[in-house]
Amino acid sequence: MIKPMLSAVIAALTVGLAGPAAALQVFACEPEWGALAHEIGGDKVSVYVATTGVQDPHLIQARPSLISKARTADVTVCTGAELEIGWLPMIVSQSANKKIMPGARGVFQPTDYVHLLETPASLDRSQGDIHAGGNPHIQSDPRNMIPVGKAMADRFAELDPANAGLYHGRYQTFLGNWQGALKRWQAEAAPLRGVPIAVQHRSWIYLETWLGLRRVIALEPKPGVPASSGYLAQVLEVLKKTPVKMIIRAAYEDDRPSTFIGGRASVPAVMLPYTIGGTDQAKDLYSLYDDTLSRMLKALK
Amino acid sequence: MQRSASRLAIALIATGISVTSQASAAPAKPTAADFATLQQQINALRGDYETKISELETRLKAAEAEVAAAHAAATPASPPAPEASSEVVIADSETEPSPAAVTPSPNAMNPGVSVVLNGNYVSRSQDPAWARIPGFPLSDNAGPERRGLSLGESEVTFGANVDPYLSAALTVSFDGGGSASVEEGFIQTTALPAGLTLKAGRFYSAIGYLNERHGHNWSFIDMPLPYRALLGSQYGDDGVQVRWLAPTPFFLEAGAEIFRGDRFPGGGSDKNRAQAQSLFLHTGSDINDDSSWLGAVSYLHTAARDRLTAGDDFSGENGVGIASLVYKWAPGGNPAQRNLTLSGEYFYDRQTGDFNALPAKLNRSGWYAQGVYQFTNRWSLGLRYGSLNGDRPAKVLLKSALDDLGRNPKAITGLLEYDTSEFARLRMQFTHDETDLKANDELRFQYTVVYGPHGAHRY
Repeated sequence: MIKPMLSAVIAALTVGLAGPAAALQVFACEPEWGALAHEIGGDKVSVYVATTGVQDPHLIQARPSLISKARTADVTVCTGAELEIGWLPMIVSQSANKKIMPGARGVFQPTDYVHLLETPASLDRSQGDIHAGGNPHIQSDPRNMIPVGKAMADRFAELDPANAGLYHGRYQTFLGNWQGALKRWQAEAAPLRGVPIAVQHRSWIYLETWLGLRRVIALEPKPGVPASSGYLAQVLEVLKKTPVKMIIRAAYEDDRPSTFIGGRASVPAVMLPYTIGGTDQAKDLYSLYDDTLSRMLKALK
Repeated sequence: MQRSASRLAIALIATGISVTSQASAAPAKPTAADFATLQQQINALRGDYETKISELETRLKAAEAEVAAAHAAATPASPPAPEASSEVVIADSETEPSPAAVTPSPNAMNPGVSVVLNGNYVSRSQDPAWARIPGFPLSDNAGPERRGLSLGESEVTFGANVDPYLSAALTVSFDGGGSASVEEGFIQTTALPAGLTLKAGRFYSAIGYLNERHGHNWSFIDMPLPYRALLGSQYGDDGVQVRWLAPTPFFLEAGAEIFRGDRFPGGGSDKNRAQAQSLFLHTGSDINDDSSWLGAVSYLHTAARDRLTAGDDFSGENGVGIASLVYKWAPGGNPAQRNLTLSGEYFYDRQTGDFNALPAKLNRSGWYAQGVYQFTNRWSLGLRYGSLNGDRPAKVLLKSALDDLGRNPKAITGLLEYDTSEFARLRMQFTHDETDLKANDELRFQYTVVYGPHGAHRY
């Protein structure tokens, strides 16, 4: 009589403590990976997104709230390639959570599954804020969501074998939808092929590759190094000789360099969402690219 | 096949022929047959390389060219080389990167080494040799900086994971005079369950807010008044620490430490038991996207035996309690352009024991409040006020170093900082200090640079 009562109490406690359903606690560093984790994991994952669409993912303060969220995470989904190197290692080491320590299976880095571009030949801080592994801003090419989504499904399945079928099934559904969307975007983006552009920070190489944009110049002399007025004057000279159709920048960036140059060179300065939440229109993975394209196409007219 | 291809490359290098790294890295598949024949010929000609080697070289080059041609035909422009190379690179801009070859080397497992250098210029209206704070005998570390130009304390830190369970860090510091000391040297667990972390070795205690930070991460050039007077600037010693991070939706961390007890306010420890102990509790959370806070309460107990300060001897105990509050603001959570950090700490110190063999019982306290505002990219302004409340000792100790002479030591400091990047800062700091009998005005300039692997920043 006592035994079943006791086990009932224990069961109730376990359920109470474990909370409802979610089998995996996901700590996503950026909104796009949080959204992808939702696509793959559905209601089997509970996702905490550490940054908003208007925050620069290079520069985040290692706030106490992030440490407490990392403490209970089963897996971190963070871009990698040193994008978060200024803050994530501090969060992880203070989280005292062995599941997400370097080398653990709970560390999932999307950049591990994509061929990175702009890998520096040599590493020296005199070159500015460069990343040893290559340019980490892979989410600007939606095609990258496919290998990353697949690897994420595999990883979720490995960490939570009970729901492996669900993760793989959801990935297949996502893949179908995504390929449809890619077709649509590529058709829409046809007028952008070969269009010359300037960028404020070199965070768009994957977008440039996807759409066949031609980057003429960047508004910062070196990655992460703000432009001096002398450099901007040189940029204007270049733009006189090689005109561009637009200057693109991420929602989180200071708008002054691109609007300054845009105004002088009579070129539209286009703010792109960069990630989900960067603009009001970029509400999820699909609308992120819808909005990116519609803003660029509008600037082209 | 890959292996025999590289063996071939090695053989050629051995005979003095330079082979580009591409030869061994090039995909071997399309020319498997070519390489195999070359390999056989090499083996056959082992006796007279000199005569045949030039012939082999030309054949290898031809094979390489074939590989390259086949490769180019098979994969039409998979990386976006044409788009990327059309970018205009201004003279001052970066050189076009090319993919680096991955070459595993014996030093691949070397620890991360980072170096901190700083240089100072100090100008004071009073001679630092006679500086003191009545009622607060100072440890050697807490004295004023030398005047004039000087190289500050230089630090070298070696850090790495030891294995899947432990990480370690060693920080060696060189003072301007050239003597080296181990500032920190500890091991720390990385795989304990239940949010536990253990640390052992020499380290800065986690009490207070600023105590755990190294000098190059301080907001001002020097520590606030209560840290200098009550903790000898910063409390670090040889010991063991345990921390527990609670699985709560907000940040809650508790910890305890035991220390050898040799450092101020302790001293002279040579016993089996730990002479200093501490407890701390940290909590904090976000207020909204723009702002967050951290609060802490901590307590440090030390027992000193013949602690010497400026020739005075103290044996007894100190209990220091600290309450800390930190608030940070950055618009939209983006600190790059503008951000503000406000912090304040209150210290309470109870000291009982014998001062120069005379009974001394003091209740002292202190506090500081400071704010640093980065008003635009790279530029910050700071303001700090610190104050101490001493005590009057028993009659026999009046006019001794423990006597505060009924005064309230205080200091106000202003700061202007310019950062050339995340890794280098230039600071100018002015302090009007009324801690001594005569007021002192101090102007300081400092550069601080950090180079080596990118260290993440503490909150």
